[in-house]
Amino acid sequence: MREITLSQAVNEALAEEMRRDPTTFIMGEDVAEAGTPFKVLSGLVEEFGTDRVIDTPIAEPGFMGMAVGAAMTGARPIVDLMFGDFIFLIMDQLCNQAAKTHYMSGGKLNVPLVLRTNLGATRRSAAQHSQSLQALVAHIPGLKVAMPSSAYEAKGLMKTAIRDNNPVVIFEDKLMYQDKAPVPEEEYLIPFGVANVKREGSDITLIATSSMVQVAEKAAEMLAAEGISAEVIDPRTIVPLDEEALLKSVRKTSRAIVIDEGHQSYGVTAEIASRLNEKAFYHLDAPVLRMGAMDVPVPFSPALEDITVPTPEGVAENARKLCAGEMIHAA
Amino acid sequence: MSPAKKAKTNTEDYLRMYRQMVRIRSFEDNANQLYLSAKMPGLTHMYSGEEAVAVGICEALTDSDRITSTHRGHGHCVAKGAEFKEMFCELLGKEEGYCRGKGGSMHIADQSHGNLGANAIVGGSMGIATGSALRAKLQGSDDVTVCFFGDGATAQGLLYEVMNMAALWNLPVIYACENNGYSEYTKTEEIAAGSITARAEAFGIEAHQVDGQDVLAVNDLTQKLVARARKGEGPFFIELMTYRYHGHHVGDINREYYRSKAEEKDWKENRDPITRFRHFLVQEGIASEDEIEAINAEVEKDAADAVEYALAAKYPDVSEVDMHVFAD
Ligand SMILES: Cc1ncc(C[n+]2csc(CCOP(=O)(O)OP(=O)(O)O)c2C)c(N)n1
Ligand SMILES: [Mg+2]
Repeated sequence: MREITLSQAVNEALAEEMRRDPTTFIMGEDVAEAGTPFKVLSGLVEEFGTDRVIDTPIAEPGFMGMAVGAAMTGARPIVDLMFGDFIFLIMDQLCNQAAKTHYMSGGKLNVPLVLRTNLGATRRSAAQHSQSLQALVAHIPGLKVAMPSSAYEAKGLMKTAIRDNNPVVIFEDKLMYQDKAPVPEEEYLIPFGVANVKREGSDITLIATSSMVQVAEKAAEMLAAEGISAEVIDPRTIVPLDEEALLKSVRKTSRAIVIDEGHQSYGVTAEIASRLNEKAFYHLDAPVLRMGAMDVPVPFSPALEDITVPTPEGVAENARKLCAGEMIHAA
Repeated sequence: MSPAKKAKTNTEDYLRMYRQMVRIRSFEDNANQLYLSAKMPGLTHMYSGEEAVAVGICEALTDSDRITSTHRGHGHCVAKGAEFKEMFCELLGKEEGYCRGKGGSMHIADQSHGNLGANAIVGGSMGIATGSALRAKLQGSDDVTVCFFGDGATAQGLLYEVMNMAALWNLPVIYACENNGYSEYTKTEEIAAGSITARAEAFGIEAHQVDGQDVLAVNDLTQKLVARARKGEGPFFIELMTYRYHGHHVGDINREYYRSKAEEKDWKENRDPITRFRHFLVQEGIASEDEIEAINAEVEKDAADAVEYALAAKYPDVSEVDMHVFAD
């Protein structure tokens, strides 16, 4: 199968869906001629014109609100938010307006929009350009949240997101834009709420999101060399969450580590871990462990930044301890 | 003007302004080199070309006056009195940096000279600057706060919320819009409807447009406005027409798709703020060519020494990572 970058995969998904549905359009900062600072949208304005690939001023709450209004009146806007950190600027429009409109209208109004943004530290971009804020939006009922872990997922999830009748937030890892993966030429969609078992194993389950899937896979590789068999699962969407697939794996392995790049406290890892505790407690041989980013603003200095995020070595180390029964009474 | 600022002859003021502009240019040339030689982590936004804006304004301020800065903030930081050594250390993520390496280029702050910090959120400092002015008023001090931001930042709604309050309460704040013609890869006229100064005027705020490549014009205007702001006649708004020489950031090399080489050449060759001021100084007999060259050489050496120092300086200890999340 051909291999393309995550950036190309997103570009293809957008182009295909924009050809398919004339009510779709993209809006955001420097999305047209510049094709975004990450060059993910290159070529789209040439094909679809400036009416459907719209450059906006730096007015995030404004264009986010406009997307909500356009969605309520029949369009399928795709909002491009240059950095995930800017979610804080659009919170009202996203969480008070987009997320609640369908419910508040008793099911009469729909807000079918996609918010495309990103996450991820270690680019030396400091505290306001490095956050992984998926937990914040996942907390709000009415928003779906997708976290592609490769070019394949990025394409399939984006196409599903655009066709979904709800507001969907997609977080791409900005360090993965140039990563290649096999992506079929033929059309495919990845349904929401269906986890993907990336690697089968029997001793421990590593549940990981976005680029943390790579981290988990590397850890599994290291563990395999030592005779520990780790299963790696990618939920692909955290809302909806494929709880059944995660429970099934944990009932089999009886141990789990949940890995996500958001801050560890009150995060995605905590949510998944507590669901496993509630529903698979009697199958567990060890406490379910959370591994998130350190609870600090992301520091600029490389000497500090690199230790704030989960690493394959760290995951493998914790897995070893869990399998040896060492962390039964973990703090 | 605050008594802290002792009276100086124009000659001293002029030479200091010249030196400060050269220091900014030299700082940026070195920062760009550090990026190109892969010695600097991440990206940075160069202030080169806009020196007369920061220097003209900050030379009208005292250390207790405050500024808020932007992602393109090295110029503001130098102009407000910062030292090269601590700045380069910060850019390289070293312990001796102004923020102990935690902030980097986009978050440099220099408490000792009233720089409340650069900001990586476009428009993110407008509330902070206006709040600093509110504090001065409540405290009964005559300190003024200058809020630097770009033309692109005028699209943020926050500006209009705080200008309204600043005007209602006569706050001692000066909004300094650095209009360099571009917001990332987009021309200002494509993102700003109507006139920028008219927006301030709509709130009853006195607004001026000034040639941002003319350090004396910027300084004269700012001195007058600062003096009036100290007396409670603020807020004010200044739109400074200027130009950035480099790309949006150091990695923005191929930019012909959004601005022409001819345009860049014109600004650099015909309106450079340092060259213009240098001619003025020599023509007016304020400094000789030799004296100018001596200043340039001195600044270049300072910068080179600071870079060398910063490269050798140590990174913060990893134990610092969770320090400073909360104040004691
Ligand atoms: C809220 C927010 N939106 C977008 C960005 C990305 N961004 C960084 S600088 C910039 C352009 C700013 O233009 P302007 O205000 O004119 O300042 P200049 O870079 O020209 O000095 C953009 C869009 C950001 N940092 N923050
Ligand atoms: Mg600008």
